[in-house]
Amino acid sequence: MIRPVDVVVVGAGIVGAACAYYAARAGLHVLVVDRGPVAGGTTGAGEGNLLASDKAPGPELELILHSLRLWQALGDELGADAFELDDKGGLVVASTPEGLRALRELATSQREHGVVAEEVAPAALPEHEPAIAAGLAGGVYYPQDMQLQPMLAAAHLIRAAVREHGAAFRTGTEVTGVIRTRDGRVSGVFTPAGVISCGAVVNAAGTWAGPVADLAGAPVPIEPRRGFILVTEPLPPTIQHKVYAAEYVANVASDSSDLQTSAVVESTRAGTVLIGASRERVGFDRTFSLPVLRRLAAQAVALFPVLADVHAIRAYRGFRPFSPDHLPVIGPDPRAPGLLHACGHEGAGIGLAPVTGELITAALTGARPPLDPAPFRPERFA
Amino acid sequence: MISFDGRPVPAQPGQTVAAALWAAGIRTWRSTRGGAARGLFCGIGACHDCLATIDGRPSQRACLVEARSGMTVESNHSETAPEGNQGGALATTREQGPEFRFGLPASGASADIAVVGAGPAGLAAAATAALADRRVVLVDAAPRAGGQFWRHPEGADGHGHRDWRVFEGLISIVDDRADHLPDATVWFAETVPGGFRLHTTAGEVRADRVVLATGAHDRALPFPGWELPGVVTPGAAQALLKGSGVSVGRRVVVAGAGPFLLPVAVGLAEAGVRVVAVVEAGEPSTYLRRPGVLAGAAGKLTEAAGYAVALSRRRIPYLVRHAVVAAYGVGKVSHVDVVRLDQQGKAMSGSRRRLDCDAVAVGYGFTANLELALALGCRTVRGADGSLAVEVDADGATSSAGVWAAGEITGVGGSSLAVVEGILAGAAATAAGGGPPAQSVRDLALLRRRRGRLRAFAEVMHAAHAIPAGWPAWLGEQTLVCRCEEVTFGRLRHAVAELGAGDARTVKLLARPGMGWCQGRICGYPTAALTAGLCGRDVTDADLAAFAHRPFAAAVRLDDLAADRAAPIE
Repeated sequence: MIRPVDVVVVGAGIVGAACAYYAARAGLHVLVVDRGPVAGGTTGAGEGNLLASDKAPGPELELILHSLRLWQALGDELGADAFELDDKGGLVVASTPEGLRALRELATSQREHGVVAEEVAPAALPEHEPAIAAGLAGGVYYPQDMQLQPMLAAAHLIRAAVREHGAAFRTGTEVTGVIRTRDGRVSGVFTPAGVISCGAVVNAAGTWAGPVADLAGAPVPIEPRRGFILVTEPLPPTIQHKVYAAEYVANVASDSSDLQTSAVVESTRAGTVLIGASRERVGFDRTFSLPVLRRLAAQAVALFPVLADVHAIRAYRGFRPFSPDHLPVIGPDPRAPGLLHACGHEGAGIGLAPVTGELITAALTGARPPLDPAPFRPERFA
Repeated sequence: MISFDGRPVPAQPGQTVAAALWAAGIRTWRSTRGGAARGLFCGIGACHDCLATIDGRPSQRACLVEARSGMTVESNHSETAPEGNQGGALATTREQGPEFRFGLPASGASADIAVVGAGPAGLAAAATAALADRRVVLVDAAPRAGGQFWRHPEGADGHGHRDWRVFEGLISIVDDRADHLPDATVWFAETVPGGFRLHTTAGEVRADRVVLATGAHDRALPFPGWELPGVVTPGAAQALLKGSGVSVGRRVVVAGAGPFLLPVAVGLAEAGVRVVAVVEAGEPSTYLRRPGVLAGAAGKLTEAAGYAVALSRRRIPYLVRHAVVAAYGVGKVSHVDVVRLDQQGKAMSGSRRRLDCDAVAVGYGFTANLELALALGCRTVRGADGSLAVEVDADGATSSAGVWAAGEITGVGGSSLAVVEGILAGAAATAAGGGPPAQSVRDLALLRRRRGRLRAFAEVMHAAHAIPAGWPAWLGEQTLVCRCEEVTFGRLRHAVAELGAGDARTVKLLARPGMGWCQGRICGYPTAALTAGLCGRDVTDADLAAFAHRPFAAAVRLDDLAADRAAPIE
């Protein structure tokens, strides 16, 4: 018999970890369960980007701006070094005059919403990135963009929730059913370890949130969107910021299921350079696609010619939780009272995790939410 | 003569760059991100400790590159940023890249059967299929066929080699009837309609069927001081000696577990090296408790007895149930601590003693090179030695249609077994394409019986030379487990005890063992075992597999990856 709790958080990725942290800090009895280990899904397959730069004005931009402040605060609370939080800033570059025009327009609109976006003339690009290719049309520097090591961040959030705020954590524990009372309220979950009674269930199962929602009879349309990342040999500091091509913004916002790639390049604390990004909706196909890897390499070398002689030592892939309208699904589900969703963040889950945790906690405790949760309500797809 | 950081270093024909440096007394030519000096460790391309800039090409494995007169070698210090400009360097390096051989077009050589690895198993498989008139491409990373077992410099006469006539027979068939593609490291393998495509550093190979004979490298266990220059694997000592005629030291301790320690020690002694001791963790006398198995492999026993006689004639102590548990030295190894092990494989108190030496060759059996098999979807099993191996049937068929495996990757068992398995796999891959068979039904039956006997012997061997259960106790919190990323045992403990990791993959994600240049080739087994121990359970296949999957089977220059040499795909 597992002790009843206030909240069962399903999923020990970054979003589940943040939900557990804020809910436990608010005084709730929280149990995090995951069928695998901590950060074993999409959290362990990303780059750790915290980006305002790639978001056009709208609800997601409001989310990330609040969340970036929360990440800074979490850095102060948990120790920024513990999860390699780095406020390195982002540099978006355009290779053509048309691309630059579009980038400028985006930056202008973002500024009106509180994004700091500084235009960088072509001649000034090397001041930001000494190794960047010549001949680019220009760029915009976004000092608010940050980076962290997502697996460590998830582990430290859960650790703090457990050690400091009394939460519990069970790995290797799959939720196989959601228990509902006669009046439809969620009252517990089935696991191979036994029934866990609870007042609420938070579906933070990321890309696998669909099946979890189905268990409660309240489906959410989350699908996998595959991405590959190349990892280079460790290098001395070569790339200062997160640097990406302006086309990336369009790719992120695209609805196409076809393959899209655009150069996204950044260094990590370990000295490796991570090279993304690709997007394609091919289900959970885990095959490594050489054509995609080739394209990522070519785009990175075009952006940073210095990388031509650098070796890729590894590649990995992951599946982003794609939501049809590109907005995450956050909040209580009226179809199953007691069920809350915290999923569908696609490639922005690391950045949006803290604000998601705050919104979920506000919904659980009845506190005032930090911002209007309406755009993210789960029932919008019904 | 080659130049090292601007000064001349003599190099004999056929020597590797690492061997030439070693012979000149140079023990380190690279520094880690943490600032530690490194040189040679595994000696056969797995560990990446020996990276150097060779003729302007950065991060080359000095243990694999043959020294050529006029070559410039520069030490690889990680403080140095990659030099680059707007692409000018690309053109030159690309010209220096390996050329396509045998008229292989850029769109890819096409073969009935591609055999990967030209050691005993691969040579046997290639020769078998080639004799049956199949189009065979033998792909191998080394400049000359032979693998680790028959590694030799150009023009070698077989002195110091076992079964050299077998090698000569196989290589003559391969030279006559197959395409041998040397200097071809496969960096990516993929399944394509109707067969397979192998992307190598010497071009692309397409084949209907594949026989994997990718061999193994020494299985190292960490201990305090194992990163000191002069501590190498037995395979490295052997490769230096057999491949380049260079002794690893003047006073050498040979240590670890397994019958391979004996030929290494005897080879060194014959080369005039003072072998201080052979330190064997296992209990070889357990062989004698399985007379039935021994009778089936009498040749192996004679071989072992021969080495034992050679050791005793030279008065080299053979310390059974002993282990090297620490190495010491300033800048390079000067002595090691040896302990006696009890029945449980734990160090006996008061048994620690010091052996002075200038080199240590230490390894505990071998670990299979599984990346290509895993990339092609082959299932694995736990071998008798506790490491993962490719799951095969008696003829080497893997769980993936069209893929066979032979030799050490199907479970470490030595060269005689590898040759038998190579013939069987080559014959099976031949038969699978239709047409006349490569071997008669009767011969196949005999080969399978011989395989069974040698496999049974290998299992007895592994039981007698098992890894001592107490080895994790040798480690301190500051002992490096992952040499590349310089991850200490303390960091592994932190990931488990503080961050909630309960499996090897999560430890890897949180603490970075296996994330560096060698991609877990060296630290994979120990990290998996240590993680399981920290979690209070036995190691699982999943723990081991967390370090075996490598979508890039070898590091690949981004510009080579970007260059669309291949025919357009999709």
